[in-house]
This record gives sequence, structure tokens and C-alpha cells, in this order.
Amino acid sequence: MRKLALPLGVLLVMVWCLLPIAWIVSLSFKSQEAVSNGTDPGFLPLDSFTGWENYQTVWEDEQFRRSIINSIGISLIATILSVALATLAAYAIARLEFRGKRFVLSTALAIAMFPVVSLVSPLFDLWRQFGLYDTWPGLIIPYMSFTLPLAIWTLSAFFREIPWEMEQAAQVDGATSWQAFRKVIVPLAAPGVFTAAILTFFFAWNDFVFGITLTSTEAARPIPAALSFFVGPDPFQRPAGLLAAAAVIATIPIVIIVLLFQRKIVAGLTSGAVKG
Amino acid sequence: MTTTVATPATQAGRQPQEVSDRTRAENRLGMKLVAPALVVMLVVTAFPILRALWLSFYNYSLTAPEDRQFIGIDNYVTALTDSLFWRDIGMTVIYMLVTVAFELVIGFAFAMIMHRVIFARGIIRTSILIPYGIITVVSGFAWQFAFTYQNGFINGWLPFVSADFNWFGDTVPAVIAIMVSEIWKTTPFMSLLLLAGLAQVSEDMIEAAKVDGATWWQRLFKVILPNMRAAIMVAVLFRALDAYRIFDNIFVMTAGAQGTESISFLTYRQSIEQFQLGMGSALAVLLFLSVLLVAFIIVKLFRVDLAQARGES
Amino acid sequence: MAAISMKNIVKKYGDGFPAVNDVSIDVADGEFIILVGPSGCGKSTLLRMIVGLEDITSGEMRIGDRVVNDLAPRDRNLAMVFQNYALYPHLTVYENIAFPLRLAGEKDDEVDRKVRDASATLELDEHLDRKPGNLSGGQRQRVAMGRAIVRDADAFLFDEPLSNLDAKLRGQMRTEIARLQRRLGITTVYVTHDQTEAMTLGDRVAVLKRGVLQQLATPRELYTQPNNLFVAGFIGSPPMNFLPATVEGDQVSLPFGKVRIPQAKAERVQGRGLLIAGVRPEHFEDADVVGKPGDGSTFRAKVDVVEWLGNESYAYIPFEAPPEVQAQLDQLERDLDGEAMRTQLVVSLDGASRIREGDEAELWIETDQMHLFDPETGENLTLDRKVEDNEQATLEHTATDG
Repeated sequence: MRKLALPLGVLLVMVWCLLPIAWIVSLSFKSQEAVSNGTDPGFLPLDSFTGWENYQTVWEDEQFRRSIINSIGISLIATILSVALATLAAYAIARLEFRGKRFVLSTALAIAMFPVVSLVSPLFDLWRQFGLYDTWPGLIIPYMSFTLPLAIWTLSAFFREIPWEMEQAAQVDGATSWQAFRKVIVPLAAPGVFTAAILTFFFAWNDFVFGITLTSTEAARPIPAALSFFVGPDPFQRPAGLLAAAAVIATIPIVIIVLLFQRKIVAGLTSGAVKG
Repeated sequence: MTTTVATPATQAGRQPQEVSDRTRAENRLGMKLVAPALVVMLVVTAFPILRALWLSFYNYSLTAPEDRQFIGIDNYVTALTDSLFWRDIGMTVIYMLVTVAFELVIGFAFAMIMHRVIFARGIIRTSILIPYGIITVVSGFAWQFAFTYQNGFINGWLPFVSADFNWFGDTVPAVIAIMVSEIWKTTPFMSLLLLAGLAQVSEDMIEAAKVDGATWWQRLFKVILPNMRAAIMVAVLFRALDAYRIFDNIFVMTAGAQGTESISFLTYRQSIEQFQLGMGSALAVLLFLSVLLVAFIIVKLFRVDLAQARGES
Repeated sequence: MAAISMKNIVKKYGDGFPAVNDVSIDVADGEFIILVGPSGCGKSTLLRMIVGLEDITSGEMRIGDRVVNDLAPRDRNLAMVFQNYALYPHLTVYENIAFPLRLAGEKDDEVDRKVRDASATLELDEHLDRKPGNLSGGQRQRVAMGRAIVRDADAFLFDEPLSNLDAKLRGQMRTEIARLQRRLGITTVYVTHDQTEAMTLGDRVAVLKRGVLQQLATPRELYTQPNNLFVAGFIGSPPMNFLPATVEGDQVSLPFGKVRIPQAKAERVQGRGLLIAGVRPEHFEDADVVGKPGDGSTFRAKVDVVEWLGNESYAYIPFEAPPEVQAQLDQLERDLDGEAMRTQLVVSLDGASRIREGDEAELWIETDQMHLFDPETGENLTLDRKVEDNEQATLEHTATDG
């Protein structure tokens, strides 16, 4: 009995995590009529299977295609900038003694807890005045602010794990501060920086509040916002099959990243929040 | 042993300064390195929230920007005397309490399973990271479709629910549906934090408890949980504040209908959908203050170690 | 290669506490000097000030003929082996050793020649392509040394290099370091908390306590002529015994009875009241084995525990000390990183001794080796200055058999 408990638990975890995914994939293969009329309410598409039709329709939608480009572009740029700034800050926090260190850490903590929605109206107003409304930078800037705390935590945890002596040894060996940083610290910190980048990317990719409030057209609208505004041929009925297909497409990058880097993501998530 | 001969005056005068030179240089470098990150973090938070504070004293509607006028604390009075505000606050607190409680229990069970398991670690890690990484809006859609009676599978699978039960027709079932989506999406994060805490409970200590004759439950409650306290508290703090800001799932699944609205959603609706920037700003300030209050209560109530939450060692 | 000269070195941290207080040490060119003391005595801080990783609050640090107070570590041309070796995990053993040469911009064939030279010396040839993560503790230690010897550094600095190795390896590496230093003849400063390493490796040993230099002398002198209670207690294993003592004429009253000490010693401590007598365990013996019972330097005591080690055995004899002596001994224990335990005499007996646990044994004490310390200041009142001067005059690099 005890022997069976663990495999059973594992099975339970996997069903819990993957069932809704399987469901949305299954839905994406059901025909629109069957979904609207409720003729095939089961889990699997039985007599309503339409093949790739939903995917084709979604892919041909100009707005959706634009939103994918927006999401990828905005998330990547925000990630790169955020991680670059966080690397500098985290290095200082992990390695240097300076006034205001606690202030930076407290600010980061406060921002991690900040109610994003409370910024919506002032930012909406400000961005319109600055001409940032409905532009890429208009989203990149808030994404950076809200991913910086996570990136700084993750990175300073990684930096702290690099032994101090390593850098001192390099100095004694004749390296300048910059050489010590570039030849010793950077290669050792690279995995940490990469992990922070993945977590940052996830956050930016997932954002919804800024996406719906700071954009109005496909000029900058990211995928989550585009999904929620997605209207099929019938404006009174949500096109579930199409939405499911779009959702699956939006999830594919996440699944690929998770498959490739699961170990790093777990390390990053846990090192940032619980001291190791 | 050395006997001190008075140090030459030039040296004594010169050197204390040099020491502070290096510390000052370190100080300067530290500030220089954190400055860009700090500026970006504050530009998008501190400045707008101050502006929101200022706007909240005005009657300011985007539909008629010229009519903007100073009305003092009228917006606050209106909000705080409106039962809708208090209903939404209550709803938000319920979302927070229920989801965090479920996440804690399920997340801990998951963490125990992942901690014990030796085989297929990669597969479990991958499965658990997918809900973590997935877009909340997608999770909302998936569960909404699963719960609808026209095309969902839930009614068919649950034995005590009739096939045409409308989950989104009444407050309680609609809130349950929203919570399910929220819990599904965020439990992995909780379980990973708890897993890290679990990994820090020494195996020796658990074995010692075993030798001392503790049962499984006693080991769990008297040895494992007390030693994970810090990890649990930090996880609860983060998740509770996150849950308090619930927005995406409500937006997608009910759009606030059937009294499922949270305080975040109310704020959003006032400022963006109804263009009442003055009122919206007042609600934003109230939302901000209520998050501070919730954070304060959690920190005080559970004595969360903030230094740890900040990531200081 | 160069001499290192420290003059009135002081290190104060932010709270004003002096971690190193007015230390002056001259390290001769080619000399092997040890900085030793319990944790927190400032030995590592001093070493890090030499290498430039720590600011000097006041005083003058000279390497060769340059004042280096303001020089960055990279400009001091010193090589250092860190406690955790500080090997670069992303580089192979070869590249780790080559690292300082690469920084100096040396040509590839020159780098290769020097690295292979160093690796041959340290028997690392077969490991050159491996990463430090795959090496054993002893191999890592040797790579760290390789990185030090590959450059033409002015001096070697070691910061507790053997403390992460197990006992057997520590012994081997100790000999290895001594051999290497003799061969290269390079000025070396070596920090350790282990008094065995201090005694076996150093030409001279500097004993530090809470930032203050207690004694700088050859190992032999430290052992036979300790300046004060602290040095006496720190050097030697098992440590020196400290007993309450009062002197009248040439009679010393110890807790176990009276013994006679040489006239010269007795004269220096006349009329000083309660003192602390220090006697090393090996300066006791089973009176039956020595064969001179009852000549005024024997006493009888009840033996509590005996540990027989084959070639010798240790007998433990508890005693009571008056409170003022007890307080001083407790303080000493704390200074030595120990815990205040019961006061007991540790006596080293010949392997042939038949003394058993619980016996009332007659023990002989070699009284001309007894030191008498002032209980207030801890100062050694019976220092034989003449011997000390002799030792200084005949200081030689090979006198390290302590």
C-alpha cells in the first residue's frame, strides 16, 4: 500500500497539472458549430473533430498574428533590459556595502507586492500625454519595473553563491576589477542571469492588466489582451474553438521553454525566495 | 612584543582618510550600480501613485476633460460609503483566504510528493511548471469552457451536478469556478517554494524523530512544519498579496458579473471602462492602501521575517 | 623575491574595534613565517592587509623597498593560496594555473612552458585537462599552489591552506609545502590556527591574540620560553598544565604538595604571593620509572583517568584552584577558543609506567622546566633571557624540528 502511494501521488500531480491543458487542446480540435450548440460536450472531440481548421482560421487573423509579434518583441526587449539592470543592481547588493542597500531591497519588495491595477488610471493618463499610449515602449517600461524585483532577487541569490574569494584570488593574480568581473564573475553568473531572464520573460508574457489598459490597437496589443478581445464571426457567442486554438499557440513558447530549462527555472524560483 | 613609538604625524593624518576613500568609492559604485534599476522601479510606481493621489481629489472624467474640478475628498467619501466598495473588498478577501488556504494544502502535498520521488523528476518538474508558466488568461478560458454547460466536461464528470447546471448563473458557483482557475494556476509556485523549504529540513532530524517514536503525523506537525516555518510564511505572504490583486481570471471568466467583482476589477472598471479618472484614482489609492494593510497584517500576524522576504542573507 | 616589513600596523573596523593592533613584524627575504592564533586573533586580517584585500588603518607595509599601503592587490606581485583554494570552476586545471600569466599577457609558448613546469613540480600532469570540480581535496590544494608558483611572485601567502583536508592528507601536504618553500627559497607568510603546523613549518612564528602580537620567535623558543600564559597555553599538545602556586624560599606549594625549584627561578618571584605555575605534561614522570623518589621534587596524587597510548600514557588528576586563579584560567580557556572545564593536571607518563586508574601515585616533576606566571597580567616571571638571546643569535632556517 505504502509503495503505491507515491506513484499514485505522482499521477495525481500530473493529472492536476496537465488535465486543463489536454482539455484546451481537445477543444481546439472541436468544430465551432458543435461547441456553440453544445452537441458534443464530452472531453474529447468525437463527432466534432475538425482537424487544423481552427488553427488555420486563427493564424489567418491579422490582429492575432500582430499580437504574437508584439508579445515576443515586447517581452524579449523588456527581459533583456530588465536583466541587464538587475545584474548591475544584484552585483552591488550581493558584493558591496553602500548606503541605501536596504532601501533598494525594500523598494523591490514593495513593488513585488504593488497592486498593478492601482497604476492603471494614472499610467493611462500619463502615457497618453507622453505619447507612450499604445506603443511598445509604453509596455516595455512597466514590464521592466515589475520584473526588476524578481530579477534582482534571483540574481543576488546567485551572486551570493559565487565565493567572494574567487574574485579576490583574481585580483591577487593580477586582474583589474573589470577583468575580475569579466573573466571570473560573468562566466560563473551566466547560468543565474539566464534563469532570471526566463522568469522575467514569463512575467512579461503573462501580463494582462497593462496589456489591456495601455494599448488600444494591434500596434502594441500583446497576446493575453488580444485573446480577451478576440471576437469570432458571431459577436454574441465566444468562439471557444478558435480561442482554444489561439490559447494553444500562445502556450507553445512556454511549453518549449519549460521543457528545455525546467531545472534552471526551479532553481531560480526557489533561490530567489528562500535563502539557500 | 612591540612598543609603540609615536607614529609620524603625516601618516596618522593621511591614513584614516584613505580608508574612508575606499569605503566611499565602494559606496559610490554601489549606488551607481543600483541607480538605474531603482529609477525604473520608481518611475512607474512612485510617480504615478503620487499622481493618482493628486487626481483623486478631482472630479475628472476623460469624456469631459475640460470640466475637471477640485472636489476634495468627495471621491473617497463616495467610495467608502458605497456598499459596492465594501462588497468588493469582502469578495477580494474571500478570494484571498480561500485560494491561499487551498494552495497551501495542495501545494504542500505536491511538495511532499516531489521531495520523496526519485524517478521521473524531470517529468514532474515539467508538468508542474506548465501551469506556472501559462498565461492566466488562457487558464481562465480553459476553466470557463470546462465549466460552461453548453460545451464543458465538468457537469458531465461531477455526479452531483445536473448536466445543465449554469456555473456562471449565480455568485457562489461562479466564484468557485474563478477560484479553481486561480488555484490551478498558482499552486505550482506555492509547491516549489515549499519544496525548497522542505529540502532544508535535515533528514537526520526526521530520522531522529522516527527513532524517538514519532508517528508520521507527529513528524509532520512537530518536526517538519515548524522547521519550514520561514519558507511557509514567505510563500503565504507572496501568494496572499498576489491573490488579493486578483483580476485576470475575473475579467476573462465573468467580467465581474454575478457579484464576482474584486476591488482590482472595480478600480479598473471605473477608470478604463467608465473613464472616471478622478474616481478611479481614488479607488487606486484605496486599493494601494488596502494592500499595504493586508501586507502589514500578514507580517505582524505571522511574524514573517521581512529580511528574508527581501532576500537578504 | 623580497622582504616584507610591517611597522605598527593597525586595522580598525567601522565600530572602532581594532582587529589588528600595532603589530610590527619583519619578514626576512626567503624566510618562512607563521601567523598563528585562535579564531578572531587578527591573523587573517593581517595577511589580507599584506596582500591588499583589506585597508590598512595606520602603520606602514613594505614589500622589498616599496611602501605598498595604497597599492591594489594586482600591483603588489604576491601570490596567495586561499583557504577554499578559490579555483575558477569554469576553467580547466591548466587554465587555472595559467590564469595569472594570461592576465599578464604572456605569450602562449611561455605560458605553456611555465604551466608544465609547475604541474610537473606538483605532479598535476595527468589532471591538466580536468575541471576543479572533479578533483580531490589534495589535488585542488596543489592546483592552488600551482597558480601561486607559476608566477615570479615576491612572496607566497597562505591562508589556512590545509584546514579543509583530512588529517592524513594535511600531514602530507604540510611536508610538501615545506619542501617547496625550501626549494624555491621564497619569502612566505602562512596563516594557521593549528599549532602543529606553526611549529613544524615556520622559521619563526608570530602568536597573536585579539589583534595584539604576543610573541615572535622560533618554534623552539616559543615552546621553551613562552612570554606569557597565553603563548604557553597555545603552544604544545596536550597543553601546558597551569596550577596555583605560592613560593617560599625555593619551595613551591602546589595543590598536591611542595616541590623545590632552582634557586635562580625562585629569586625572581620572591614575595609575589599567589602565582600560576606552568608545567608541560612531559615534565612529569612516574617516580618509579625515573628512579629518584623522594628527592624533594616528587608528590603524591590520586589518578582519576589513565589513557594508555602504547609509547606513553596520559594520566589525569583533578584539583581545585582558588577563585582568582580559576578566573584567570577560565579567561585563558576562552582566549584559546576552548571551554572552561574542570581543572585537572595532565601528566605524560612513560609507556612502562604501571600506574592505574584510582591509584595513589608518586609523580616526579622536572622543576627546572617550570614556569611561573603573574596571575594578574599573565606575564612569565621566570623567562630565561639568556637562552632567548642565544636562540636569536643562532636563528637558522633549519631549526624547525620543534
